Amino acid sequence: MDAPIRILLTKPTHDCHDRGVRYLMRVLRDAGFEVVFTNFLVSDDVLSAALQEDVDVIGISSSAGGHMPVFEELMDGLREREMTDVLVIGGGIIADSDAVRLREMGVGEIFGPGGSPADIEAFIRQHVRRQPGVAVR
Amino acid sequence: MSRSDEGSDEASSCRIGGRDVTESLHERVVRGDQRAVARLITLLESGHPDAQREGAELFPHTGRALVIGITGPPGAGKSTLVDQLIAEYRRRDLSVGVLAVDPSSPFTRGALLGDRVRLRSFVDDDHVFVRSMANRGHMGGMSLATPAAIRVLDAMGMDRVIVETVGVGQSEVEIMNAVDCTVVVEVPGMGDSIQTMKAGVMEIADQFVVNKADRDGASRIAQEIRRLLRERGVGRRDNLVVSTVASTGVGVDELVTAIETFLAAQRASGELERRRVRQLHTELERHVSQKAQHRVMAGLHSKVTEDILNALQHRTRDPESIAAALIDESLNVDANSPVGARRAGR
Repeated sequence: MDAPIRILLTKPTHDCHDRGVRYLMRVLRDAGFEVVFTNFLVSDDVLSAALQEDVDVIGISSSAGGHMPVFEELMDGLREREMTDVLVIGGGIIADSDAVRLREMGVGEIFGPGGSPADIEAFIRQHVRRQPGVAVR
Repeated sequence: MSRSDEGSDEASSCRIGGRDVTESLHERVVRGDQRAVARLITLLESGHPDAQREGAELFPHTGRALVIGITGPPGAGKSTLVDQLIAEYRRRDLSVGVLAVDPSSPFTRGALLGDRVRLRSFVDDDHVFVRSMANRGHMGGMSLATPAAIRVLDAMGMDRVIVETVGVGQSEVEIMNAVDCTVVVEVPGMGDSIQTMKAGVMEIADQFVVNKADRDGASRIAQEIRRLLRERGVGRRDNLVVSTVASTGVGVDELVTAIETFLAAQRASGELERRRVRQLHTELERHVSQKAQHRVMAGLHSKVTEDILNALQHRTRDPESIAAALIDESLNVDANSPVGARRAGR
Protein backbone atom coordinates (compact mmCIF):
# COMPACT_ATOMS: atom_id res chain seq x y z
CA MET A 1 0.00 0.00 0.00
CA ASP A 2 1.35 3.39 -1.00
CA ALA A 3 2.15 5.81 1.79
CA PRO A 4 -0.04 8.92 1.73
CA ILE A 5 1.51 12.09 0.27
CA ARG A 6 2.55 14.42 3.10
CA ILE A 7 2.15 18.16 2.59
CA LEU A 8 3.04 21.10 4.82
CA LEU A 9 0.53 23.91 4.36
CA THR A 10 1.51 27.22 5.84
CA LYS A 11 1.03 30.94 5.67
CA PRO A 12 4.39 32.51 6.44
CA THR A 13 3.61 36.10 5.55
CA HIS A 14 2.03 38.31 8.18
CA ASP A 15 -1.57 38.10 7.14
CA CYS A 16 -4.72 36.63 8.56
CA HIS A 17 -6.55 35.72 5.36
CA ASP A 18 -6.53 32.02 6.05
CA ARG A 19 -9.95 31.00 4.69
CA GLY A 20 -8.39 29.75 1.46
CA VAL A 21 -5.58 27.73 3.02
CA ARG A 22 -7.95 26.21 5.57
CA TYR A 23 -10.33 25.23 2.80
CA LEU A 24 -7.50 23.64 0.83
CA MET A 25 -6.35 21.82 3.95
CA ARG A 26 -9.73 20.06 4.17
CA VAL A 27 -9.86 19.35 0.43
CA LEU A 28 -6.43 17.73 0.49
CA ARG A 29 -7.24 15.76 3.63
CA ASP A 30 -10.36 14.43 1.90
CA ALA A 31 -8.20 13.59 -1.11
CA GLY A 32 -6.19 11.25 1.13
CA PHE A 33 -3.20 13.48 1.88
CA GLU A 34 -1.60 13.83 5.29
CA VAL A 35 -1.74 17.59 5.80
CA VAL A 36 0.56 19.16 8.37
CA PHE A 37 -0.91 22.56 9.10
CA THR A 38 0.82 25.27 11.00
CA ASN A 39 1.26 29.00 11.43
CA PHE A 40 4.71 30.33 10.79
CA LEU A 41 6.43 33.64 10.93
CA VAL A 42 9.70 33.05 9.11
CA SER A 43 10.95 30.73 6.40
CA ASP A 44 13.41 29.05 8.79
CA ASP A 45 10.38 27.70 10.68
CA VAL A 46 8.96 26.32 7.46
CA LEU A 47 12.26 24.65 6.55
CA SER A 48 12.69 23.13 9.98
CA ALA A 49 9.12 21.78 10.03
CA ALA A 50 9.40 20.43 6.46
CA LEU A 51 12.58 18.59 7.40
CA GLN A 52 11.28 17.08 10.65
CA GLU A 53 7.92 16.17 9.13
CA ASP A 54 9.63 14.73 6.04
CA VAL A 55 6.98 16.18 3.73
CA ASP A 56 6.79 15.64 -0.01
CA VAL A 57 5.26 19.05 -0.69
CA ILE A 58 5.32 22.55 0.83
CA GLY A 59 2.32 24.76 0.08
CA ILE A 60 2.70 28.46 0.77
CA SER A 61 -0.33 30.71 0.97
CA SER A 62 0.03 34.45 0.70
CA SER A 63 -2.71 37.04 0.46
CA ALA A 64 -1.05 40.22 1.60
CA GLY A 65 2.14 40.56 -0.40
CA GLY A 66 5.64 40.24 0.99
CA HIS A 67 5.91 36.70 -0.28
CA MET A 68 8.86 37.10 -2.65
CA PRO A 69 11.56 37.19 0.08
CA VAL A 70 9.83 34.29 1.82
CA PHE A 71 9.92 32.15 -1.31
CA GLU A 72 13.52 33.20 -2.01
CA GLU A 73 14.68 32.20 1.47
CA LEU A 74 12.69 29.00 1.26
CA MET A 75 14.13 27.91 -2.09
CA ASP A 76 17.67 28.82 -0.97
CA GLY A 77 17.14 26.94 2.28
CA LEU A 78 15.91 23.82 0.49
CA ARG A 79 19.00 23.88 -1.71
CA GLU A 80 21.31 24.33 1.29
CA ARG A 81 19.67 21.40 3.06
CA GLU A 82 19.71 19.26 -0.09
CA MET A 83 15.94 19.07 0.01
CA THR A 84 15.40 19.99 -3.62
CA ASP A 85 13.24 16.89 -4.04
CA VAL A 86 10.50 18.67 -2.06
CA LEU A 87 7.86 20.16 -4.36
CA VAL A 88 6.97 23.79 -3.55
CA ILE A 89 3.67 25.33 -4.63
CA GLY A 90 2.08 28.69 -3.88
CA GLY A 91 -1.37 30.17 -3.74
CA GLY A 92 -3.43 33.15 -2.68
CA ILE A 93 -3.05 36.64 -4.12
CA ILE A 94 0.17 36.49 -6.11
CA ALA A 95 0.67 38.76 -9.14
CA ASP A 96 1.27 37.13 -12.52
CA SER A 97 4.65 38.84 -12.81
CA ASP A 98 5.63 37.37 -9.43
CA ALA A 99 4.37 33.96 -10.50
CA VAL A 100 6.66 34.02 -13.53
CA ARG A 101 9.66 34.82 -11.36
CA LEU A 102 8.67 32.19 -8.80
CA ARG A 103 8.48 29.47 -11.44
CA GLU A 104 11.93 30.53 -12.62
CA MET A 105 13.12 30.12 -9.03
CA GLY A 106 11.93 26.51 -9.05
CA VAL A 107 8.48 26.86 -7.49
CA GLY A 108 6.27 24.19 -9.06
CA GLU A 109 3.12 26.20 -9.67
CA ILE A 110 1.16 29.19 -8.40
CA PHE A 111 -2.58 28.81 -7.92
CA GLY A 112 -4.72 31.92 -7.75
CA PRO A 113 -8.31 32.76 -6.86
CA GLY A 114 -11.00 31.01 -8.88
CA GLY A 115 -8.85 27.97 -9.45
CA SER A 116 -10.16 24.50 -8.78
CA PRO A 117 -8.90 22.55 -5.77
CA ALA A 118 -9.06 19.45 -7.95
CA ASP A 119 -6.40 21.02 -10.18
CA ILE A 120 -4.14 21.53 -7.15
CA GLU A 121 -4.59 17.92 -6.11
CA ALA A 122 -3.93 16.68 -9.64
CA PHE A 123 -0.84 18.89 -9.99
CA ILE A 124 0.61 17.56 -6.75
CA ARG A 125 -0.02 13.93 -7.66
CA GLN A 126 1.60 14.50 -11.04
CA HIS A 127 4.62 16.42 -9.84
CA VAL A 128 5.48 14.98 -6.45
CA ARG A 129 9.10 14.05 -6.91
CA ARG A 130 9.80 11.79 -4.04
CA GLN A 131 8.93 8.17 -4.26
CA PRO A 132 7.24 7.33 -0.97
CA GLY A 133 9.17 4.77 1.02
CA VAL A 134 12.45 4.99 -0.85
CA ALA A 135 15.43 5.78 1.33
CA VAL A 136 17.43 8.93 0.73
CA ARG A 137 21.00 7.95 0.13
CA MET B 1 31.04 25.73 -2.02
CA SER B 2 29.55 24.02 -5.04
CA ARG B 3 28.83 20.35 -5.20
CA SER B 4 31.60 19.57 -7.66
CA ASP B 5 34.13 21.17 -5.30
CA GLU B 6 32.95 18.98 -2.46
CA GLY B 7 33.19 15.92 -4.65
CA SER B 8 36.85 16.54 -5.44
CA ASP B 9 37.71 17.06 -1.77
CA GLU B 10 36.46 13.65 -0.78
CA ALA B 11 36.48 10.22 -2.27
CA SER B 12 33.86 11.15 -4.83
CA SER B 13 32.73 7.60 -5.42
CA CYS B 14 30.96 7.39 -2.09
CA ARG B 15 29.68 10.94 -1.79
CA ILE B 16 26.53 12.30 -3.34
CA GLY B 17 25.55 15.89 -2.69
CA GLY B 18 28.21 16.17 -0.02
CA ARG B 19 26.89 13.21 1.95
CA ASP B 20 28.68 9.96 2.57
CA VAL B 21 26.38 7.48 0.89
CA THR B 22 28.12 4.53 2.48
CA GLU B 23 26.89 5.73 5.86
CA SER B 24 23.61 4.01 6.56
CA LEU B 25 20.46 5.63 7.84
CA HIS B 26 20.77 4.23 11.37
CA GLU B 27 24.37 5.47 11.67
CA ARG B 28 23.19 8.95 10.71
CA VAL B 29 20.34 8.72 13.24
CA VAL B 30 22.76 7.84 16.04
CA ARG B 31 24.83 10.87 15.01
CA GLY B 32 21.73 13.00 15.52
CA ASP B 33 21.16 13.81 11.83
CA GLN B 34 17.62 15.22 11.82
CA ARG B 35 16.99 14.44 8.17
CA ALA B 36 17.88 10.77 8.68
CA VAL B 37 15.61 10.68 11.72
CA ALA B 38 12.72 12.15 9.71
CA ARG B 39 13.35 9.76 6.84
CA LEU B 40 13.57 6.65 8.98
CA ILE B 41 10.27 7.49 10.69
CA THR B 42 8.68 7.77 7.23
CA LEU B 43 10.06 4.35 6.29
CA LEU B 44 8.78 2.83 9.53
CA GLU B 45 5.35 4.35 8.96
CA SER B 46 5.10 2.94 5.45
CA GLY B 47 6.30 -0.52 6.47
CA HIS B 48 9.17 -0.27 3.98
CA PRO B 49 11.36 -3.42 3.86
CA ASP B 50 14.47 -1.36 4.80
CA ALA B 51 12.76 -0.13 7.95
CA GLN B 52 12.88 -3.42 9.83
CA ARG B 53 16.62 -3.80 9.18
CA GLU B 54 17.39 -0.18 10.14
CA GLY B 55 15.23 -0.54 13.25
CA ALA B 56 17.11 -3.68 14.24
CA GLU B 57 20.48 -1.92 13.88
CA LEU B 58 19.18 0.95 15.97
CA PHE B 59 17.81 -1.16 18.81
CA PRO B 60 21.10 -1.52 20.77
CA HIS B 61 21.33 2.29 20.83
CA THR B 62 17.96 2.68 22.54
CA GLY B 63 16.71 2.58 26.11
CA ARG B 64 18.42 5.73 27.31
CA ALA B 65 15.59 8.24 26.86
CA LEU B 66 12.75 8.43 29.35
CA VAL B 67 9.43 8.27 27.53
CA ILE B 68 6.34 10.19 28.62
CA GLY B 69 2.86 9.65 27.18
CA ILE B 70 0.26 12.42 27.19
CA THR B 71 -3.29 11.21 26.71
CA GLY B 72 -6.80 12.50 27.32
CA PRO B 73 -10.02 13.50 25.57
CA PRO B 74 -10.07 15.73 22.46
CA GLY B 75 -9.82 19.38 23.37
CA ALA B 76 -8.29 18.76 26.80
CA GLY B 77 -5.31 20.90 25.82
CA LYS B 78 -2.79 18.13 25.21
CA SER B 79 -0.93 19.93 22.40
CA THR B 80 -0.73 23.17 24.34
CA LEU B 81 0.51 21.24 27.35
CA VAL B 82 3.15 19.50 25.22
CA ASP B 83 4.35 22.89 24.02
CA GLN B 84 4.75 23.96 27.67
CA LEU B 85 6.47 20.68 28.58
CA ILE B 86 9.03 21.18 25.80
CA ALA B 87 9.79 24.67 27.09
CA GLU B 88 10.07 23.48 30.70
CA TYR B 89 12.38 20.58 29.80
CA ARG B 90 14.54 22.96 27.74
CA ARG B 91 14.78 25.23 30.81
CA ARG B 92 16.08 22.17 32.66
CA ASP B 93 18.61 21.70 29.84
CA LEU B 94 17.17 18.39 28.65
CA SER B 95 16.60 17.62 24.97
CA VAL B 96 13.10 16.64 23.88
CA GLY B 97 11.69 14.59 21.02
CA VAL B 98 7.95 14.74 20.42
CA LEU B 99 5.61 12.45 18.49
CA ALA B 100 2.15 13.96 18.06
CA VAL B 101 -0.46 11.50 16.81
CA ASP B 102 -3.67 12.59 15.07
CA PRO B 103 -6.39 10.45 13.50
CA SER B 104 -6.52 9.41 9.84
CA SER B 105 -9.82 9.37 8.01
CA PRO B 106 -11.21 5.84 7.89
CA PHE B 107 -12.63 6.66 4.45
CA THR B 108 -9.88 8.48 2.56
CA ARG B 109 -6.81 7.72 4.74
CA GLY B 110 -6.19 11.47 4.71
CA ALA B 111 -5.33 13.28 7.92
CA LEU B 112 -5.09 16.75 9.32
CA LEU B 113 -2.01 16.98 11.51
CA GLY B 114 -2.56 20.21 13.39
CA ASP B 115 -0.57 19.79 16.58
CA ARG B 116 2.21 22.06 15.35
CA VAL B 117 -0.23 24.98 15.40
CA ARG B 118 0.06 24.97 19.21
CA LEU B 119 3.85 24.91 19.20
CA ARG B 120 5.95 27.98 19.55
CA SER B 121 9.09 28.18 17.47
CA PHE B 122 11.95 25.98 18.60
CA VAL B 123 13.59 26.46 15.23
CA ASP B 124 17.05 27.45 16.42
CA ASP B 125 17.13 24.62 18.91
CA ASP B 126 18.69 21.35 17.75
CA HIS B 127 17.61 19.77 21.01
CA VAL B 128 13.95 19.72 20.01
CA PHE B 129 12.52 17.44 17.32
CA VAL B 130 8.78 17.32 16.66
CA ARG B 131 7.07 14.87 14.34
CA SER B 132 3.36 14.57 13.57
CA MET B 133 2.05 11.08 12.89
CA ALA B 134 -1.31 10.02 11.49
CA ASN B 135 -2.65 6.92 13.20
CA ARG B 136 -3.29 5.38 9.74
CA GLY B 137 -6.34 3.51 10.92
CA HIS B 138 -4.70 1.96 13.97
CA MET B 139 -6.94 2.15 17.02
CA GLY B 140 -5.63 2.52 20.52
CA GLY B 141 -4.42 6.13 20.48
CA MET B 142 -1.15 5.72 18.58
CA SER B 143 -0.09 4.55 15.13
CA LEU B 144 1.40 1.12 14.58
CA ALA B 145 4.81 2.71 13.97
CA THR B 146 4.82 4.89 17.10
CA PRO B 147 6.83 2.51 19.35
CA ALA B 148 9.51 2.20 16.66
CA ALA B 149 9.49 5.98 16.11
CA ILE B 150 10.00 6.49 19.86
CA ARG B 151 13.16 4.40 19.58
CA VAL B 152 14.41 6.52 16.66
CA LEU B 153 14.14 9.69 18.79
CA ASP B 154 15.71 7.79 21.69
CA ALA B 155 18.65 6.67 19.52
CA MET B 156 19.25 10.18 18.17
CA GLY B 157 20.07 11.17 21.74
CA MET B 158 16.93 12.83 23.08
CA ASP B 159 16.81 12.88 26.90
CA ARG B 160 13.02 12.77 26.95
CA VAL B 161 10.53 11.57 24.35
CA ILE B 162 6.97 12.84 24.66
CA VAL B 163 4.16 11.00 22.86
CA GLU B 164 0.89 12.83 22.47
CA THR B 165 -1.94 10.43 21.62
CA VAL B 166 -4.99 11.19 19.53
CA GLY B 167 -7.87 12.54 21.58
CA VAL B 168 -9.07 9.42 23.36
CA GLY B 169 -12.36 8.18 24.72
CA GLN B 170 -12.40 5.66 27.52
CA SER B 171 -10.73 2.58 26.11
CA GLU B 172 -7.61 3.69 24.22
CA VAL B 173 -5.04 2.44 26.68
CA GLU B 174 -2.29 1.24 24.35
CA ILE B 175 -0.04 4.17 25.27
CA MET B 176 0.77 2.50 28.60
CA ASN B 177 2.59 -0.23 26.65
CA ALA B 178 4.90 2.27 24.98
CA VAL B 179 5.97 4.77 27.65
CA ASP B 180 7.67 4.97 31.05
CA CYS B 181 5.12 7.41 32.46
CA THR B 182 1.51 7.75 31.32
CA VAL B 183 0.04 11.19 31.94
CA VAL B 184 -3.76 11.41 31.72
CA VAL B 185 -5.11 14.91 31.09
CA GLU B 186 -8.61 15.64 32.36
CA VAL B 187 -10.61 18.86 32.12
CA PRO B 188 -13.63 20.18 33.99
CA GLY B 189 -17.04 19.96 32.38
CA MET B 190 -16.73 16.49 30.87
CA GLY B 191 -19.30 14.75 33.04
CA ASP B 192 -20.20 13.77 36.56
CA SER B 193 -18.34 11.80 39.20
CA ILE B 194 -19.37 8.50 37.62
CA GLN B 195 -17.04 9.27 34.70
CA THR B 196 -14.00 9.21 36.94
CA MET B 197 -14.95 5.81 38.31
CA LYS B 198 -15.13 4.06 34.97
CA ALA B 199 -12.55 1.53 33.90
CA GLY B 200 -10.10 2.22 31.10
CA VAL B 201 -8.08 5.37 30.55
CA MET B 202 -8.50 6.50 34.16
CA GLU B 203 -6.77 3.32 35.33
CA ILE B 204 -3.61 3.63 33.28
CA ALA B 205 -2.41 6.96 34.65
CA ASP B 206 0.91 7.22 36.43
CA GLN B 207 0.24 10.94 36.65
CA PHE B 208 -2.95 12.96 36.45
CA VAL B 209 -3.31 16.49 35.15
CA VAL B 210 -6.41 18.62 35.57
CA ASN B 211 -5.92 21.17 32.81
CA LYS B 212 -7.90 24.39 32.31
CA ALA B 213 -7.74 24.66 36.08
CA ASP B 214 -8.96 28.26 35.91
CA ARG B 215 -12.40 27.01 34.91
CA ASP B 216 -15.37 26.16 37.10
CA GLY B 217 -15.38 22.65 38.47
CA ALA B 218 -11.63 22.08 38.13
CA SER B 219 -10.98 21.64 41.84
CA ARG B 220 -13.92 19.24 42.12
CA ILE B 221 -12.47 17.03 39.35
CA ALA B 222 -9.09 17.00 41.09
CA GLN B 223 -10.77 16.05 44.38
CA GLU B 224 -12.73 13.23 42.76
CA ILE B 225 -9.61 11.80 41.15
CA ARG B 226 -7.76 11.95 44.49
CA ARG B 227 -10.65 10.22 46.24
CA LEU B 228 -10.75 7.53 43.56
CA LEU B 229 -7.03 6.92 43.99
CA ARG B 230 -7.32 6.75 47.78
CA GLU B 231 -10.13 4.20 47.50
CA ARG B 232 -8.04 2.08 45.19
CA GLY B 233 -5.18 2.23 47.66
CA VAL B 234 -2.81 3.96 45.24
CA GLY B 235 -1.78 7.55 45.13
CA ARG B 236 0.43 7.97 48.12
CA ARG B 237 2.46 10.56 46.21
CA ASP B 238 1.41 14.13 47.02
CA ASN B 239 1.65 15.46 43.50
CA LEU B 240 -0.08 12.58 41.73
CA VAL B 241 -2.77 15.02 40.60
CA VAL B 242 -1.44 18.34 39.31
CA SER B 243 -3.58 21.26 38.16
CA THR B 244 -2.41 23.27 35.16
CA VAL B 245 -3.47 26.09 32.89
CA ALA B 246 -1.53 25.09 29.80
CA SER B 247 -2.39 28.27 27.89
CA THR B 248 -0.47 30.37 30.43
CA GLY B 249 1.96 27.77 31.77
CA VAL B 250 0.61 27.74 35.33
CA GLY B 251 1.45 24.44 37.07
CA VAL B 252 3.73 23.14 34.30
CA ASP B 253 6.85 23.36 36.45
CA GLU B 254 5.07 21.35 39.15
CA LEU B 255 3.90 18.81 36.56
CA VAL B 256 7.42 18.22 35.22
CA THR B 257 8.71 17.84 38.78
CA ALA B 258 5.95 15.29 39.48
CA ILE B 259 6.76 13.31 36.31
CA GLU B 260 10.49 13.38 37.08
CA THR B 261 9.87 12.31 40.69
CA PHE B 262 7.82 9.35 39.46
CA LEU B 263 10.45 8.36 36.88
CA ALA B 264 13.29 8.60 39.40
CA ALA B 265 11.38 6.41 41.86
CA GLN B 266 10.57 3.89 39.11
CA ARG B 267 14.24 3.70 38.19
CA ALA B 268 15.41 3.39 41.80
CA SER B 269 12.98 0.56 42.52
CA GLY B 270 13.85 -1.33 39.35
CA GLU B 271 10.24 -1.03 38.17
CA LEU B 272 11.31 1.05 35.16
CA GLU B 273 13.28 -1.88 33.75
CA ARG B 274 10.66 -4.48 34.68
CA ARG B 275 7.98 -2.41 32.97
CA ARG B 276 10.09 -2.04 29.85
CA VAL B 277 10.65 -5.78 29.64
CA ARG B 278 6.88 -6.33 29.98
CA GLN B 279 6.30 -3.78 27.22
CA LEU B 280 8.84 -5.40 24.92
CA HIS B 281 7.25 -8.77 25.61
CA THR B 282 3.86 -7.33 24.59
CA GLU B 283 5.41 -5.83 21.46
CA LEU B 284 7.05 -9.16 20.61
CA GLU B 285 3.69 -10.92 20.85
CA ARG B 286 2.10 -8.25 18.67
CA HIS B 287 4.74 -8.77 15.98
CA VAL B 288 4.31 -12.55 16.13
CA SER B 289 0.58 -12.14 15.76
CA GLN B 290 0.93 -9.72 12.85
CA LYS B 291 3.52 -11.70 10.98
CA ALA B 292 1.58 -14.92 11.51
CA GLN B 293 -1.55 -13.19 10.28
CA HIS B 294 0.21 -11.90 7.16
CA ARG B 295 1.56 -15.33 6.32
CA VAL B 296 -1.72 -17.12 6.86
CA MET B 297 -3.69 -14.43 5.02
CA ALA B 298 -1.29 -14.49 2.07
CA GLY B 299 -2.52 -17.89 0.93
CA LEU B 300 -6.08 -17.54 2.14
CA HIS B 301 -7.69 -16.08 -0.94
CA SER B 302 -6.98 -19.11 -3.11
CA LYS B 303 -8.20 -21.50 -0.40
CA VAL B 304 -11.66 -20.00 -0.05
CA THR B 305 -13.26 -22.11 -2.75
CA GLU B 306 -16.69 -22.07 -4.34
CA ASP B 307 -17.52 -25.11 -2.15
CA ILE B 308 -16.74 -23.19 1.02
CA LEU B 309 -18.84 -20.24 -0.07
CA ASN B 310 -21.70 -22.62 -0.91
CA ALA B 311 -21.40 -24.27 2.50
CA LEU B 312 -21.63 -20.84 4.11
CA GLN B 313 -24.58 -19.83 1.96
CA HIS B 314 -26.51 -23.02 2.82
CA ARG B 315 -25.46 -22.78 6.45
CA THR B 316 -23.97 -26.26 6.46
CA ARG B 317 -20.68 -24.96 7.93
CA ASP B 318 -20.08 -21.86 10.04
CA PRO B 319 -17.36 -19.25 9.41
CA GLU B 320 -15.44 -19.92 12.61
CA SER B 321 -15.05 -23.69 12.02
CA ILE B 322 -13.95 -23.06 8.44
CA ALA B 323 -11.41 -20.51 9.66
CA ALA B 324 -9.98 -23.00 12.18
CA ALA B 325 -9.67 -25.65 9.46
CA LEU B 326 -8.02 -23.25 7.02
CA ILE B 327 -5.47 -22.11 9.60
CA ASP B 328 -4.62 -25.72 10.54
CA GLU B 329 -4.17 -26.45 6.87
CA SER B 330 -1.94 -23.48 6.18
CA LEU B 331 0.25 -24.15 9.24
CA ASN B 332 0.70 -27.79 8.19
CA VAL B 333 1.77 -26.83 4.68
CA ASP B 334 5.32 -26.39 5.88
CA ALA B 335 5.62 -29.82 7.51
CA ASN B 336 9.44 -29.75 7.32
CA SER B 337 9.79 -26.99 9.88
CA PRO B 338 9.98 -28.18 13.51
CA VAL B 339 6.70 -26.49 14.41
CA GLY B 340 4.92 -27.81 11.35
CA ALA B 341 6.27 -31.32 11.84
CA ARG B 342 5.18 -31.44 15.45
CA ARG B 343 1.71 -30.29 14.58
CA ALA B 344 1.46 -32.76 11.71
CA GLY B 345 2.57 -35.63 13.90
CA ARG B 346 -0.03 -34.98 16.53
